[in-house]
Amino acid sequence: MATNTETARTVEALSEQRYKYGFVTDIEADSAPPGLNEEIVRFISAKKGEPEWLLDWRLRAYHRWMETAEDTPSWAHLDYPEIDYQASSYYSAPLRDEDRPKSLDEIDPELLKTYEKLGIPLQEQEMLSGVAVDAVFDSVSVATTFKSKLAELGVIFCSLSEAVAEHPELVQKYLGSVVPYADNYFATLNSAVFTDGSFVYIPKGVRCPMELSTYFRINAANTGQFERTLIIADEGSYVSYLEGCTAPMRDENQLHAAVVELVAFDDAEIKYSTVQNWYPGDENGKGGIFNFVTKRGACRGRNSKISWTQVETGSAITWKYPSCLLLGDGSSGEFYSIAITNNCQQADTGTKMIHVGKNTKSRIVSKGVSAGRANQTYRGLVRVQGKADNARNHTQCDSLLIGEQCGAHTVPYIESRNASAQLEHEATTSKISEDQLFYCRQRGIAEEEAVALIVNGFCREVLQELPMEFAVEAQKLVAISLEGSVG
Amino acid sequence: MLEIKGLSVSVAGKEILKDFSLSVAAGEVHAIMGPNGSGKSTLSYVLAGREGYDITAGSVLYRGQDLFALEPEMRAREGLFLAFQYPVEIPGVGSATFLKTAVNAIRKHRGEKEYDAMEFLKVMREKRDALGISEEMMRRTLNVGFSGGEKKRNEILQMALLEPYLAVLDETDSGLDIDALKVAADGINALRSPERAMIVITHYQRLLEYVVPDYVHVLADGRVVRSGGKELALELEEKGYSGFTGNAEAAA
Ligand SMILES: Nc1ncnc2c1ncn2[C@@H]1O[C@H](COP(=O)(O)OP(=O)(O)OP(=O)(O)O)[C@@H](O)[C@H]1O
Ligand SMILES: [Mg+2]
Repeated sequence: MATNTETARTVEALSEQRYKYGFVTDIEADSAPPGLNEEIVRFISAKKGEPEWLLDWRLRAYHRWMETAEDTPSWAHLDYPEIDYQASSYYSAPLRDEDRPKSLDEIDPELLKTYEKLGIPLQEQEMLSGVAVDAVFDSVSVATTFKSKLAELGVIFCSLSEAVAEHPELVQKYLGSVVPYADNYFATLNSAVFTDGSFVYIPKGVRCPMELSTYFRINAANTGQFERTLIIADEGSYVSYLEGCTAPMRDENQLHAAVVELVAFDDAEIKYSTVQNWYPGDENGKGGIFNFVTKRGACRGRNSKISWTQVETGSAITWKYPSCLLLGDGSSGEFYSIAITNNCQQADTGTKMIHVGKNTKSRIVSKGVSAGRANQTYRGLVRVQGKADNARNHTQCDSLLIGEQCGAHTVPYIESRNASAQLEHEATTSKISEDQLFYCRQRGIAEEEAVALIVNGFCREVLQELPMEFAVEAQKLVAISLEGSVG
Repeated sequence: MLEIKGLSVSVAGKEILKDFSLSVAAGEVHAIMGPNGSGKSTLSYVLAGREGYDITAGSVLYRGQDLFALEPEMRAREGLFLAFQYPVEIPGVGSATFLKTAVNAIRKHRGEKEYDAMEFLKVMREKRDALGISEEMMRRTLNVGFSGGEKKRNEILQMALLEPYLAVLDETDSGLDIDALKVAADGINALRSPERAMIVITHYQRLLEYVVPDYVHVLADGRVVRSGGKELALELEEKGYSGFTGNAEAAA
């Protein structure tokens, strides 16, 4: 886990600045012209040498997208300027196809420097850590490590593009099987223009021995980022997947619309952890990433389990509801979330737990922290369908407010069509008390550090769900993202 | 060490401390006794820098510095420690984590190397054992679910680790059982030294049997109505406060 330790150290070392990862790497980008039309979709598909069925799928999504109105804001508690989808470029690769690197040595040193700033010493990774990293730079994956070790176990961990080329049968079977292309406006857009992402397949009975980790990074100017990730855990398998991201500073808003699909078969377990630290915009709300993500997991098998853990500290706008479809009898879903909004950040996030199978269980722990003029909403749906006998859900939603100008809202939707369901919902809203702050300061702890300490305490139940080193990094991010929130 | 001159303090328009003066030299232990509501905790909070108090007159010099010019955390780093009458609960924050953060903040200020986790645990264990505090308690969330006595012992542990120059102990003895009182007193006495001073606020003579003060002051209605040696505490125990507060004017 040296990677994450390194990341934590880097984060610490850089903790003097406002936004730590606000640098832009100068790499020759090979981009599509701005705008979105059928030609662009064909261009992307051709660029990636995709099979016919995938191009057809993209085109269906594209046409669907053209017919749909952007409908999200009508119910989400968000306020943002209209996005000009024709102003963005939908494809950008750091290197031309003909000189795509064959190994790490061939990678642009600029890029490697960028990774270093991010605390991902790729060259040391193989030696130092047990983490395999599929690093996504802009839209094309440029480096994948540890493949050989994983291959011995039959684990497939590669970029989605590679998977399309090497395991088309798996991709064709599962792509869009959890999040159909027509699911929602942003998922539809992603389906039309996604450029790359990660693909994971864990074979029957295999317990993946290392955390699989991807670091995302948005780079080339004016390029929307459309990641697509697909993880399949076959019967009795286990995988823990980490997603972490940072972005360079810039002024114009950037759209990010990712899709993540998880599939768990009988007795399989997927643990998906995210630390999201994209540029949130400056104190006045200028700049920052728009993050409209669709994440969904299907517990298809008996006693399967999917667990989402997220630490959302970045982005100007976050719209995200990692969900679980509890299809298999005895399957369970978990959602552990920390969302921190400061300054002018807005977040509308939560989860959906859909109980379909019998004896299904779900647990939701959401910790929202708001500071400055930020606004956030927890929006969660628990639905128990008619045949889901003995379904259980426990939801706990806690909000912490720092200062007088921020807001927190809790919107739970509960739909039960089965009388045997046991659903519990608890919600609290609190403020950091003057007494707590004074107590810390009396012990020599500066006010900002005291706030970070208290907030980390507030988030503890969720932080402890993260893999160890990721938790350390997350705690640092909590502190960083609240800088300037007091005093 | 500490020179309080003519200090008047109001809270929400109500005057609590009235022309209060007190001089504490290094090496001394001063006990402050007084009836409920006389302003003892107010004094301790004002010294530590809690917000919400209007200082309407007077000055406080602490180790040669104007105390009121320092932020609360700077006062702490400069060696002023307050053992709270009512220690605050901070959910989710581990007791050991909190203490390590505090100790390192102060070590950093003093130009000493910050402890890493292993070093800190070792130092903490020694002090903890001396105060009869279990390891399990330090793993718990700060003051949450601690009994009254456990909270007070935890305050002493913090003091022992932070090694202040001036410690203000606000009713640290209340809530302690007889054995715990003895242990806490040992902890307090262990810190007594020619460089350090203490202000011990208490209602009971019993603590002062163990932590023998150099001076005892009686505070009533925001003023010192009588000062004396350790015998004064005994006299108070016998007569109660009414005998003192009655002739407040005469004593002042
Ligand atoms: N925030 C406040 N608002 C109004 N009155 C206050 C406030 N804080 C303290 N007081 C009043 O000031 C007076 C002194 O309070 P203080 O807590 O200093 O007393 P004390 O001597 O420590 O009493 P005890 O022995 O009960 O601890 C009391 O009458 C109290 O009600
Ligand atoms: Mg008091």
